[in-house]
Amino acid sequence: MKSLAELSAIREKMKEKVVLREGTGETRVVVGMATCGIAAGARPVLNAFVEGVSKAGLTDKVTVTQTGCIGVCQYEPVVEIFEAGKEKVTYVKMTADKAAEVIERHLKGGHVISEYTITNYQL
Amino acid sequence: MIRAQVLVCGGTGCTSSGSKAIQQAFEEQIEKNGLVDEIKLVQTGCFGLCALGPVVIVYPDGTFYSKVTPEDVSEIVSEHLLKGRVVDRLVYKDTGDLNTIIENVSLSDTAFYKAQKRVVLRNCGVINPENIDEYIAMDGYQALGKVLTEMTPEEVIKVVSDSGLRGRGGAGFPTGRKWDMARNLVKDADQKFVACNADEGDPGAFMDRSVLEGDPHAVIEAMAIAGYAIGATKGFIYVRAEYPIAVKRLEIAIGQAREYGLLGKDIFGSGFDFDLELRLGAGAFVCGEETALMTSIEGNRGEPRPRPPYPAVKGLFGKPTVLNNVETYANIPQIILKGAEWFASMGTEKSKGTKVFALGGKINNTGLVEVPMGTTLRQIVEEIGGGIPNGKKFKAAQTGGPSGGCIPAKHLDVPIDYDNLAAINSIMGSGGLIVMDEDNCMVDIAKFFLEFTVDESCGKCTPCRLGTRKMYEILDKITKGQGTLEDIDTLEELANYVKANSLCGLGQTAPNPVLSTLLYFRDEYIAHVVDKKCPAGVCKDLLSFTIDPEKCKGCTKCARNCPVGAISGAVKQPHVIDQSKCIKCGACMANCSFGAISKQ
Repeated sequence: MKSLAELSAIREKMKEKVVLREGTGETRVVVGMATCGIAAGARPVLNAFVEGVSKAGLTDKVTVTQTGCIGVCQYEPVVEIFEAGKEKVTYVKMTADKAAEVIERHLKGGHVISEYTITNYQL
Repeated sequence: MIRAQVLVCGGTGCTSSGSKAIQQAFEEQIEKNGLVDEIKLVQTGCFGLCALGPVVIVYPDGTFYSKVTPEDVSEIVSEHLLKGRVVDRLVYKDTGDLNTIIENVSLSDTAFYKAQKRVVLRNCGVINPENIDEYIAMDGYQALGKVLTEMTPEEVIKVVSDSGLRGRGGAGFPTGRKWDMARNLVKDADQKFVACNADEGDPGAFMDRSVLEGDPHAVIEAMAIAGYAIGATKGFIYVRAEYPIAVKRLEIAIGQAREYGLLGKDIFGSGFDFDLELRLGAGAFVCGEETALMTSIEGNRGEPRPRPPYPAVKGLFGKPTVLNNVETYANIPQIILKGAEWFASMGTEKSKGTKVFALGGKINNTGLVEVPMGTTLRQIVEEIGGGIPNGKKFKAAQTGGPSGGCIPAKHLDVPIDYDNLAAINSIMGSGGLIVMDEDNCMVDIAKFFLEFTVDESCGKCTPCRLGTRKMYEILDKITKGQGTLEDIDTLEELANYVKANSLCGLGQTAPNPVLSTLLYFRDEYIAHVVDKKCPAGVCKDLLSFTIDPEKCKGCTKCARNCPVGAISGAVKQPHVIDQSKCIKCGACMANCSFGAISKQ
């Protein structure tokens, strides 16, 4: 190790790998991964979020995790986004492409994409 | 892309309860379910809740699984990792409040962790200790970089002094002052040394082991910083050979640090050279005493020598030496990075920062806890420790092992720091904290620790060699019901004499268990001597088992279980114990279905 820059390079490279363990970012993206969710294609959605969040450099702020069935199986894959001090947003019938859009517009831009939310489908 | 990580504890506690097999099972199951690219398996150091081992944590949600078996693994993988359904039956249930059992899914929400402040243990159970990159990701070696490129040795010593850090080995000597002395007292030394005391000898103490197993690089980094501060280029870590996992991880860590050039020549291009060597101790308690430890590193029989001269003047191989404990070092990198004010903001007026305690004895959550100085014993025992099992009553807590004292219930609310513990006749010690309930006999406890120090006395000085032996003999006599009131006075006198006249810390502190139990539990000594009774029902020679003829149904179960045939009686008639034959093993009492047998 001849310089601090070298050390910082290793640190940056590794940071992403351990940041998961620091636990809760301010925002939590929860993907429904029960049998119904997986059958409807939740796994590519989950992976799209994990990769997209990382690519967007949001790993410090956003935690991507999974949960079981939330009970609206006909709308799976369901993704819920929890942000501190805000109402939870529930996106339904998600795809990997929609996930990329949510990362761009919602997580980065701060705008809820209402046409993908459950309120747009229900009732 | 990794979306979740499974952390399996690889500390000594969990390894002995089978975490290796669990790790293998995870490898197989993750592979089988095609999750290799999504789930990362990490072996870490101790999480702290050793009683519940083997423990497994799943991030990012922080789900805390306890007492996991290899058979459980396929369920965790297929349910939790694949489908996102937490396996409830394996999730740690909070034992903090026995009346309302709350299911905790996240580790940080449990009563055990919530009241803790993890500074020294920040990486334990979080990073893989065998991977230097993970330590670097957690800001590792940044402090060393900062010190070597931005600070003068004097500035380093000033930061450590200002932080108020005191020696965590037990004596509480200000670390900054120690470094200052080693830097400045001897001006013309051609060589100086940095040494680390990892000879954790107190029965029941295991915080140093856990730090070495869980975060070995923190100690290595701190020793290099100490080397720069005092002008030493060489360091020794003296670690017990009985800590094989700690030794192995230290060897790996030193190897990786050398490979990265974080040990060796010209570190960070600053011109500063520093390297480390391990020295394995053979397990003599006295080798935890600083002068004996250094004598042992030099290759001689581990015996203490008089001080002064202090190690800062004449230490290892006669050269100025800084010797600190593992936990002390583990604080250093963060003090450098976050500043003296940050560290000094935690704790009490004279004791800054946090302290790690190894909780053991009669307590629900056996394990490792780190709390800010000034936390009360009550908080540690009742909140974090989850109280005493089986609804028993707290009697005393023993701190400092064989060198420490007992803290009775009336001092439960004393904020724990070096000075407060000394004021109530105990010591901080290295951090062993053994909780005792009403079933513990305090005379017996004192005898237990004295037996230990008699064995471990190196024999060099007479007060310790003979004094501890004589004290043990008196205690033995008392527990056998042959003691007199005069014996108690002699014991006290002898204890004070040994304390005042012994050569090293071992002898000077060996009488503490006797003195503190005499101070707080003299009535128990008197009960043994005058009434010939052991109030806690521990000392066998003072016990007698009797059968209540009213309750005895004559089922003959006790007679059949008595190993010496001391119980007689006809079927369906009350039985009787022949006291001259009884060996007080308690088998009859344990087997009686009617509660007819009592001991007193």
